[in-house]
Amino acid sequence: MAERKTIEYDFGRVDTERMRLNVGPQHPSTHGVLRLEVELEGELVTDVIPHIGYLHRCMEKASEAMTYPQVIPFIDRMDYISSMNNEWPYVMGMEKMLDIEVSERIELIRIIMAELNRIGNHQIAIATFGLDAGAFTPFLFLFRDREMILDVFEAASGGRLLYNYMWIGGLQRDVPPTFKEDCLRIVKTVRETNDEVERLLLGNRIFIDRTANVGILPADVAINFAASGPVLRGSGVPFDLRRSEPYSLYDRFDFDIPVGRGEVGTVGDSFDRNIVRFREMEESCKIIEQAVAMLPDASEDVRALVPKRIKPPKGEIYCKAENPKGELGFYIISDGTANPTRVKARGTSFVNLALLPEISKGYLIADLILILGSIDIVLGEVDR
Amino acid sequence: MEQNFVYELLGQEWYGIAIVSILPLLFVLGYALIAILLELKVASWVQDRLGPMRTGWWGVLQPIAEVLKLLQKEDITPDAVNKPLFNLAPFIMFVAAYAAYAVLPFSSVFVPAGIDLGLFFIFAVGALAIIGIVMGGWASNNKYSILGAMRAASQMVSYEIPAAIVLLAIASLAGSLNMQEIIAQQGGGIHNWFIFGGEGSILGKALITPVMIVMFILYFVAALAETNRTPFDIPEGESEIVAGYHTEYSGMKFAMFFFAEYSNMFIVSALTAILFFGGWQSPFGDFLNQTWMHPVWMVSKAMFFVFVQIWLRWTLPRFRVDQLMDIGWKTMVPIAFIGFFAIALWAMVR
Amino acid sequence: MAGYFEKIFSGLSTTMVGMKITLEHLFKKKVTLQYPEKWHPIHSGHMPANSRNRIDVDMEECDGCNACSRACPVGCIDIEIVKVAKSEKDVPNIKSTGKPRKTWVTKYDIDFALCCFCSLCTDACPTEAIQMTTEFEYSTFHREDLIYHFSPLSAEEVEEKKALLAKEKAEAAKAKAEAEAKAKAEEAANAKEDTDSKENSN
Repeated sequence: MAERKTIEYDFGRVDTERMRLNVGPQHPSTHGVLRLEVELEGELVTDVIPHIGYLHRCMEKASEAMTYPQVIPFIDRMDYISSMNNEWPYVMGMEKMLDIEVSERIELIRIIMAELNRIGNHQIAIATFGLDAGAFTPFLFLFRDREMILDVFEAASGGRLLYNYMWIGGLQRDVPPTFKEDCLRIVKTVRETNDEVERLLLGNRIFIDRTANVGILPADVAINFAASGPVLRGSGVPFDLRRSEPYSLYDRFDFDIPVGRGEVGTVGDSFDRNIVRFREMEESCKIIEQAVAMLPDASEDVRALVPKRIKPPKGEIYCKAENPKGELGFYIISDGTANPTRVKARGTSFVNLALLPEISKGYLIADLILILGSIDIVLGEVDR
Repeated sequence: MEQNFVYELLGQEWYGIAIVSILPLLFVLGYALIAILLELKVASWVQDRLGPMRTGWWGVLQPIAEVLKLLQKEDITPDAVNKPLFNLAPFIMFVAAYAAYAVLPFSSVFVPAGIDLGLFFIFAVGALAIIGIVMGGWASNNKYSILGAMRAASQMVSYEIPAAIVLLAIASLAGSLNMQEIIAQQGGGIHNWFIFGGEGSILGKALITPVMIVMFILYFVAALAETNRTPFDIPEGESEIVAGYHTEYSGMKFAMFFFAEYSNMFIVSALTAILFFGGWQSPFGDFLNQTWMHPVWMVSKAMFFVFVQIWLRWTLPRFRVDQLMDIGWKTMVPIAFIGFFAIALWAMVR
Repeated sequence: MAGYFEKIFSGLSTTMVGMKITLEHLFKKKVTLQYPEKWHPIHSGHMPANSRNRIDVDMEECDGCNACSRACPVGCIDIEIVKVAKSEKDVPNIKSTGKPRKTWVTKYDIDFALCCFCSLCTDACPTEAIQMTTEFEYSTFHREDLIYHFSPLSAEEVEEKKALLAKEKAEAAKAKAEAEAKAKAEEAANAKEDTDSKENSN
């Protein structure tokens, strides 16, 4: 175990009683319906027990009664902030199972969609993190820009939040003719707003003081808890599935993996986790620009390879992809019929949430909220 | 300096006193509506939104709708609370906020109670609000409320010290605790305001102005902390402890807390205007300095600082409890002492 | 000590930077649109052409094949059919295929409180009868009102069709029974004739 900062209080001979406080499930900043059982000594957090299951919708069990394409709408509803990224590993796994090779253009569209959604997810993550710290204005600036991304998704798939866009063997629909210009416009706006948010929120002294040295997650603890995504990279581990195990066409792109460097505090504190997300938005912008340049203009039948009846051979597969929140994997077992025997999701938020009790002991209750915000969970994925 | 046009008109009879005590109340009620609208509109415009648009032209009637909503809400007194204290707390808050208006000079001819210890009185009465907050927080029998109340108590007590030192400095400069006296000394134009050191030589003013600006910032920050406004809104920081000491309050009792907060905002803003920006004095010397213009200058100066408070709220994140104490005791108190000595020196030599 | 003043300075300066940004935004053009009166410019008065909102079913196209109901992941489509009776005249054709209708769709209910707007049903439909529309303003005060009945047939008509079919069935059964009885009688007669002829021949 690495060294961690604890705030020491000398209570002298005063008799104190520890207080048990229920934070949630109807608390303003638990990012959904998470319930935290917090043990407090004054304002000092001595123990945290997360209670989950308030948003359990039986996604995995219900999938067993579904046909393979019917599972996709359910997967959309897991991490509802980054649905495009959720669909991808499932679709990719099914394509491997069925031995379908989709065209390069479809892969590029998928990459653009996933990266746009990554930007959207990080916008929400940073916005709500700022909100947890008490800054309301950047929240709405970021949400304003996210609308542009959602407009593109809506024009392509028809949905603003739950897309059902990536299908096994192709896409639901082709992208609209103005797709390229829209993407480049989004990239431009995202950069402008990010510059503003950096000055307004991330560079603010109060914000830095609030987040630096708070919730320090050492790299070894992060690896032991199987953390992934910005939570792991914030601790200085440059692990990104897009780079370490490139899937789709990611090996063709030029982008960096931002990691936490402890600029204002210690490596792996809340600020680092947040700044990693912030910098990833810029990397996603780079990927989108490159992908738009590669994308052929000629349209094609994006449903050409979509099988009419999906009956994969008997077998099992685990397919993973880099969700904005970390590694999202699907373990699919097929018994040769039209319904999956098992669809097991490795929910990123669920795994990352397990870190909360580990890294929030010894901080104040205000820090606990910030640490929770810096982990960036979506309860839809925690409970599934 | 004890002038009061109502008493001059009607004599200091009971009806004169009644009118004098009701005039500020009418003002506060009207001001609260405008301040709520200002808060809503500044918040939304800063965030590229339009804000309320449906109630009246550009939503100008929204505050009235909000008040009506609060009025008709059920007045809930939860079962497990300490009922007398729970019901008393909002009134203490309101009384503390309203009592300060007794010594607030709106004009050279109107101050409800022109006592010589005006500054001291405002300060003493302002501290009463702590009792209301702690009472409400404790009586609510809610863990969030007690956390908020404890935070509020420690915060308000700590931030009274730098604020008091600034007031002391100004009092030593003016040689009086009477606010009419303090304002009268700042007459004759913008260069005589205390932010520029009051009356004195040009060189001396150039030297003392930076100190006065520092003192102004100190006072304003301390005032923000005392009124529980962002970035010092930790007693009610909604992302951490739901709503702090007023978590359990609803309806009109909640409105009382709300009203007290807005009323306090005006008081600290007016005090900033009085201490540093000449109160009801016109910035142009005798130009536009007629008696009837005094309230206009006073209120517009105070409203500007109310606007700055709102502006800050929608810009800054919130402090943490220990950081708040750090800033109060380790930064503001020492600087306030240095500034106090500098101003005392200036008061002697000018 | 330097750090102490640096911290104070950065605190004030970053606050000023933030205040400058928010002040700029105070006078910027606003992005809110007053929704029922104004729409997003890219939508120009309606949702994008392929946005997925309320489903509409063209019952002239639908022959009740149940493909949509099977494709639906949440099971919000409820279909019942009755075969077209042989005696019925003027049975309309399925519009796109031009073939005469073989079934009456007596019940086609979609529960929009359940629908997840995934558009899997529109993909499954062989005749493109079921489509997502751009209509999204259809809130109601009662949950039952969200169950849309698309079948064009009234309850009486359904009863009529059922009765007709039942009658036809009964007739067919009767005819069959009669035919069977006749055949039996004939058989018996034949057998008798056979024996008779045998006897005769003998």
